[in-house]
Amino acid sequence: MTDGTEDVDSFRRRARTWIHANLRPLAPDETAAPTVALPVQTEEEELAALAREREIQCMVFDAGLAGIGFPREYGGQGLTADHQRAFNAEIVGYEYPARLQAPTFSPCGAVLLEFGTEEQKRRHIPAILKGEEIWMQLLSEPSGGSDVAAALTSAVRDGDEWILNGSKVWTTGASTADWGLCLARTNWDVPKHRGLTVFILPIHQPGIEVRRIEMLNGSTEFCQEFLTDVRVPDSDRIGDVDGGWTVGTRWMFHERMLFNSPFVSIPVGASPGEVGAASIVNVARDAGRFDDRCVRDLLGEAHMLELVGQTLRRRIGRGVAAGRISEQSAAITRLFAGVSSARKATIAFEIAGSAGAAWTSDDGAAANCVDDFLMRQTSCIGGGTTEMARNVISERVLGMPRERTPDRDRPFRDVPRSASTRA
Amino acid sequence: MLLELSADQEIFRDTTARFLTSRVPINEVRSLRNHPAGFDPDYWREGADLGWTSLLVSEEHGGGSVSGAGLVDLTTIAHEFGVHAAPGPLVPTNVVAGTLSAVGGDTHRPVLASLLAGTSVAAWCFGPALSTDGQGPAGPRCRIAGGEVVLDGTQRPVEAAGQADHILVTAWGEAGLTQVLVPTDAAGLSREPMRTADLTRRFSAVTFDGVRVPVEAIVGEPGDADDLLERQLQLAVVIGNAEAVGALQTAFDMTLQWAFDRYSFGRPLASYQELKHRFADQKTWLEACHAVNDAAAAAVDEGSPDAKELVSAAKAFIGDYGSELVQDCVQIHGGIGVTFEHDLHLYLRRVTVNRALYGTPADHRQRISTVLENQKERA
Repeated sequence: MTDGTEDVDSFRRRARTWIHANLRPLAPDETAAPTVALPVQTEEEELAALAREREIQCMVFDAGLAGIGFPREYGGQGLTADHQRAFNAEIVGYEYPARLQAPTFSPCGAVLLEFGTEEQKRRHIPAILKGEEIWMQLLSEPSGGSDVAAALTSAVRDGDEWILNGSKVWTTGASTADWGLCLARTNWDVPKHRGLTVFILPIHQPGIEVRRIEMLNGSTEFCQEFLTDVRVPDSDRIGDVDGGWTVGTRWMFHERMLFNSPFVSIPVGASPGEVGAASIVNVARDAGRFDDRCVRDLLGEAHMLELVGQTLRRRIGRGVAAGRISEQSAAITRLFAGVSSARKATIAFEIAGSAGAAWTSDDGAAANCVDDFLMRQTSCIGGGTTEMARNVISERVLGMPRERTPDRDRPFRDVPRSASTRA
Repeated sequence: MLLELSADQEIFRDTTARFLTSRVPINEVRSLRNHPAGFDPDYWREGADLGWTSLLVSEEHGGGSVSGAGLVDLTTIAHEFGVHAAPGPLVPTNVVAGTLSAVGGDTHRPVLASLLAGTSVAAWCFGPALSTDGQGPAGPRCRIAGGEVVLDGTQRPVEAAGQADHILVTAWGEAGLTQVLVPTDAAGLSREPMRTADLTRRFSAVTFDGVRVPVEAIVGEPGDADDLLERQLQLAVVIGNAEAVGALQTAFDMTLQWAFDRYSFGRPLASYQELKHRFADQKTWLEACHAVNDAAAAAVDEGSPDAKELVSAAKAFIGDYGSELVQDCVQIHGGIGVTFEHDLHLYLRRVTVNRALYGTPADHRQRISTVLENQKERA
């Protein structure tokens, strides 16, 4: 290569050699990626798993394979999405640091890279790539849901510092994260998108109280944080004062582009956070229904949805990267993934038969399919609802008229809001 | 279709697009419903000059691709066929030409040359490749006797059999599945026209009643047709899918424009969130249809191990979701959408007939589950 960049094939060979020599192959029924709401683990198990992942990430870093899409000056490899895809193909069937990928590498690392100051990038990105810093997103709020720009968490300037108060929710990994990326309101006298600012802050400090949220399936992965007079130095501001929506837009773009991201390693064919077709085959086997023609139809459908989802992600990812289609097209992959993931959860539940109602440990993969079914809609809610995705596709991709937005052109403090959050 | 074509592919696609726009404008397509063949021989010959029949044929035999990936190139032509609801036996002629180039003997060279020149078209009897229902072999049978192959049985529906000079048939014999190229004027071969929903394509039930052809008419080796048939099925499905996706693209574009132009209750249809959300679903399905078929075409060209499952996933997805997409286009048009005068039904017909050919979505879901099972056994 004339510019000294390692070509994809030699990178692939280097990655393969290292992975085979250093990482543990997964057992046949073991998955590297967590499914819908992580399997319920004790805190000790969770910490042990995370410690192992940090260790692997450090090895990956030392091997010169970490941060494929991050520039070399921050400890990355300075390579492309194609190199990342090659790595994603090679990592299939091996343990890998699944928990560190999102939100640490992206969107948090990606946002730092795009908007951070030189000092912020040098301080945090190498630490992220070595597995030393785990990050979380302080984005959603109890009052807001999909309306992220209506954030009520406030940041008030006090000399060289900001004082943050408010609450964030649907965060993951708060008990294990080191740093957070936080969207807060710095100006209440301008329309909502123009009064936001992004900050970074250490999670473990006296002003931050973390409460676990128990989900209906017993998972306590999600948390709510309460920020009380949290002081953040101005040097930990990301982007301009009141320029937080510029950062936030890209933040959510990186979130939606997760599967096409040059910053994130996800084994090809894996679908973190959902019931995969491969696991549905196990359900059919353990339910003793593999030879049932109706079941085979459903298996075919599940695998079809998975293949279509993968090829769609690739099409949209390449189209956006090449500038052929707008970045807003990421909402297309988000909508497809949400709906098809919900359908696959239904298929698994259907195939499980009566084991969907009651089961014993003898039922193998057919046991407890009902949890994924009960949690089914999370795929259409988390990371922006599918309704939001449909708005984005129709308005921003197809150019159809925008919905009436009474909050757009008036000072945020005058915007009507839910009864529970009125002062 | 791919979001990014190479410059050569783009010129190639555009040439066919312009030819179809001038030769078969949509009113011409409508009037061809009364044409016995559905297309004029001159039209097909001129299309062959544009490369419609040469992409799956090796250079040695007078063919050649644009990009090195002949099937991917062919999907750009098939896409334009769908966009224009164009007539012509694109699937069978290309399947037969590709097969004769790959495995045909010297006796098949003149037929191949006439297909390349567009002076003749070929039909392909899609055989028992999808016997997923466990009912065993059906369709024509063959036996070899005294230097001749004797064929008996019926196959239906066979596209363009009435217009073809040759039919490639798959028959069961003692040795197994065997493919034979039969001239349509052979004694004992009869073609019964069938009715169809497509305005310009013609289908027949083809009956072989003691048809005798020399053993040289066998394509490949006797009993060796399983792999040929699988390859042909993959080609036919990918070409038909590309055509369906082109038709879906036009139906979608028409309907989106309609939503902007049509006012009710003082507002354009495009301003109703209920309809906007349906367009978002349609757009998502449409992009997914493009994506999965492009991936399938590339996988078949590359001989990739996942070609079979990708082809079937594309057929099942485009069949089911494409049907819902185009029917929703009808719904959004309202009553005008189900009139003969409106263009929408021309695309609805193409998508609908392609869905039912070469295996239904359900057939292809069964094929996918078989692939999954085999993967499981290997693991």
